[in-house]
Amino acid sequence: MTVASEPSFLPAAEPSFARAHTSIRSWLLSTDHKRIGVLYFFATTLSLALGGVFALLLRIEHLTPGPTVMSAMTYNRLFTLHGVTMVWLFMIPSIPATFGNFLLPIQIGASEVAFPRLNLLSFWIYVLGAAFVLLAMWLGALDTGWTFYTPYSVHSPSAVVPTLIGIFIVGWSTILTGVNFIVTVHTMRARGLGWMRLPLFTWAIYGTSIIQVLATPVLGLSLLIVSLDHAFAWGLFDPARGGDPVLYQHLFWFYSHPAVYIMILPAMGVVSEVISTFSHKNPYSYKAIVYSTLGIAFVGFLTWGHHMFVAGMSVFDAGAFGALSMLVAIFSAVKVFTWVSTLSKGSIVLATPLWYVFGFLILFMFGGMTGVAVATMSLDVHWHDTYFVVAHFHFVMVGGTLTAWLAALHYWFPKVTGRLYSERWGLLGFALVFSGFFGTFVPQFLLGNAGMPRRYYEYPERFQLLHVASTLGSWVLAAGLLLTVGYLGHALWFGRRASGNPWASRCFEWRTSSPPPEKNFSAQPELGLDAYDYTTPWPASEERA
Amino acid sequence: MLRWFRMLFRLPPGASSFADGVDTLHLFLIGSTLLGVLLLSLLTTYFVLRYRERSGVRTTPVVLASGTGELLLVVGTLSLFVLWWVIGYRQYLSMRRRPAGAITVYVVAKQWMWKFSHENGALENNVLTIPVGRPVELLMTSRDVIHSFFLPAMRVKQDVLPGRFTTLWFKPTAPGRYSLFCAEYCGISHSAMLGEVRVLGAEEYQRFLADSSGAHSLAEIGREAALKHACFSCHTVDGQRHIGPSWSRLYGSVVTLSNGEQVSADAAYLTESMMDPAARVVAGYAPVMPTYFGSLDSSEAAAIVAYIRSLEQGPSSPSVRLPEVVVPPLVASSEPKGDLHP
Repeated sequence: MTVASEPSFLPAAEPSFARAHTSIRSWLLSTDHKRIGVLYFFATTLSLALGGVFALLLRIEHLTPGPTVMSAMTYNRLFTLHGVTMVWLFMIPSIPATFGNFLLPIQIGASEVAFPRLNLLSFWIYVLGAAFVLLAMWLGALDTGWTFYTPYSVHSPSAVVPTLIGIFIVGWSTILTGVNFIVTVHTMRARGLGWMRLPLFTWAIYGTSIIQVLATPVLGLSLLIVSLDHAFAWGLFDPARGGDPVLYQHLFWFYSHPAVYIMILPAMGVVSEVISTFSHKNPYSYKAIVYSTLGIAFVGFLTWGHHMFVAGMSVFDAGAFGALSMLVAIFSAVKVFTWVSTLSKGSIVLATPLWYVFGFLILFMFGGMTGVAVATMSLDVHWHDTYFVVAHFHFVMVGGTLTAWLAALHYWFPKVTGRLYSERWGLLGFALVFSGFFGTFVPQFLLGNAGMPRRYYEYPERFQLLHVASTLGSWVLAAGLLLTVGYLGHALWFGRRASGNPWASRCFEWRTSSPPPEKNFSAQPELGLDAYDYTTPWPASEERA
Repeated sequence: MLRWFRMLFRLPPGASSFADGVDTLHLFLIGSTLLGVLLLSLLTTYFVLRYRERSGVRTTPVVLASGTGELLLVVGTLSLFVLWWVIGYRQYLSMRRRPAGAITVYVVAKQWMWKFSHENGALENNVLTIPVGRPVELLMTSRDVIHSFFLPAMRVKQDVLPGRFTTLWFKPTAPGRYSLFCAEYCGISHSAMLGEVRVLGAEEYQRFLADSSGAHSLAEIGREAALKHACFSCHTVDGQRHIGPSWSRLYGSVVTLSNGEQVSADAAYLTESMMDPAARVVAGYAPVMPTYFGSLDSSEAAAIVAYIRSLEQGPSSPSVRLPEVVVPPLVASSEPKGDLHP
């Protein structure tokens, strides 16, 4: 066997980052990006669990058309809790702050992020903000939904101000992480690692960080004004005081539409990596993926108006926003074509992460195409604020982001822990998650078609069958996620030891041991061989470790 | 075809002139989606079967996209998207363009009910009665928070905002009773803010009008409200210029604003001018009107708009002298009069 000229970077016997220090303090106050990534993982997973429990309760309530297990007030609070928790406490930080933190510096051959202490600060700001948000919503009974539409939110007697301040705080954490990643990619790349050789996951996190830094301040601003309206009757968004409630919607969606790309771009980065690794193949078009990432990051800022086709905007504005939304969808379509084509002439190994990515492809195609459907103005008139929209964005966020998050979790599990999970359980977990997801949300598309509005505590009896089907699906989905927690937890303690590079990937993060040492690489790495170069056999020594 | 599609995809039977067009586009779009997902899934399955790893070989040749192939795919997909956009935009445009001869109903939404005022003064709560086969225009406003008027069977929806009027029109094509939902979250009883649209045959509708007609038409109620709020101190109804523009022949006319912009004086503009008068002032008038937000409730505002609307065919030549402020009689829309002060 010929051996590639690439020298081995696997360090001999340095302790891994997790074993270098063992005190609790060394974890909680660590400035090591890998440890902060792990901390973020546990914090965001806790948020996911909470948000999931809220969702299950909501689904149980919908088993019957009338009151089932809770009052209308409790229901309204729960869908607010579910939305706020999932969007700001799980979905936005999930992949960037967990896997981005852990992998981005390694993928560019750096030993740390540009501002390690800022990174730690960002984590604790997140924890503070999350605690604030959850306590405020729990004790103060917020019932506005995660969109806080004015003037309802201005007059709601519930804890609007503390909740918004909590989200404002979480926003700082998002901005700090974004700035950190941008500077890291600009200044800390290993010698010889040009922009067009960066791993695609790094590109995705980079694009995401730009959106985070540009969009989050607008959210902070609008939520602050709502707080001032609520507390001091400023009246900027309150028509009773001469304000404009639709202005609030513009500002809110100016952030919240790009926020959708904050959630999906990192997921797309994961998909690019997993497809390439498990088909042992260069991406069909590296450039197409990079440019479409940047295209989404840019055009994503110009489409927010498609949330407001029935809010009373002019026909011309609606047409312009509709056309721009079609444009942003084309970038996603380019990615899908590129991913599928990457498989061609590869050497494909079907493993759990790849199963999840196939799941992602199907769900994301449905989510993306129904996105095109609701961006088509005349169709949106019927679907706006119905379960069709609910199903659409869950296909993108759960079917897209959560599925990719699970793919990332399985793909990088040996990288972080140095252990392997059971493929058989992995496949079973995937089958449950995928079918449970389909069962939960396909009925919701049909409910939306039938005219079922969202945020309805009670509903007409003719919708019951589809609601029950959706609830049953949610149980299968929950079972799949619980199973995943079970076998991954088991593997953490009892799993087989993984080799340094168990998937035989060429990407840069696999050129150090698994788990990596505290400073990532034992020597300054020279990443001469491309991250997706599968033309030559890998040095045999790499497969050990 | 459309009937089967509606049954399979749980769409309610279409009951307005929009339904068939919208549902056909829906079928086209969802059909393409399903076909696309199917094709890409088959392709993926083929690749996985054809290129499965064999005997530990993990080196692969470099395959790169051919520029033209990629370009063709992008252009193909984009032209499909653009086609949908064109059809969707045209449909959306027709939903926003009120045809001539529409019946007007004023809608006031409040937590958690719908109130309808007909031009003959008939009032309805949560049930809206309209005739089949004639376009109906709703002029809607809210008394508190944002609501949304949603008729699934008609495939129409429009947010209803406090402090301004939004409009919605549709033409029912089949008599029957249809669900009305509030689609914008509006508080604890959001899901109980339900209503019904009753579409009657022409004769039955005439009977409904005869039975329900109020003691005063909506325009008369509006004139009373205008009197109560002293609107006539500044606005005339005979075309005479005063402190503010005359209401005669104002409705639907195109007015030039102080900033040179031209707007149509429709229900939305007139309401805005009552609630936020300084926002868009007609050229040549001083911005001296006080706001009536809070003092004028939504139903009064709706009635005043109906009154101004009833003056659509009012006198256009200003009378010689400025009217003294007295109760002006209602101008019957069919017979324009030159002098309101007999």
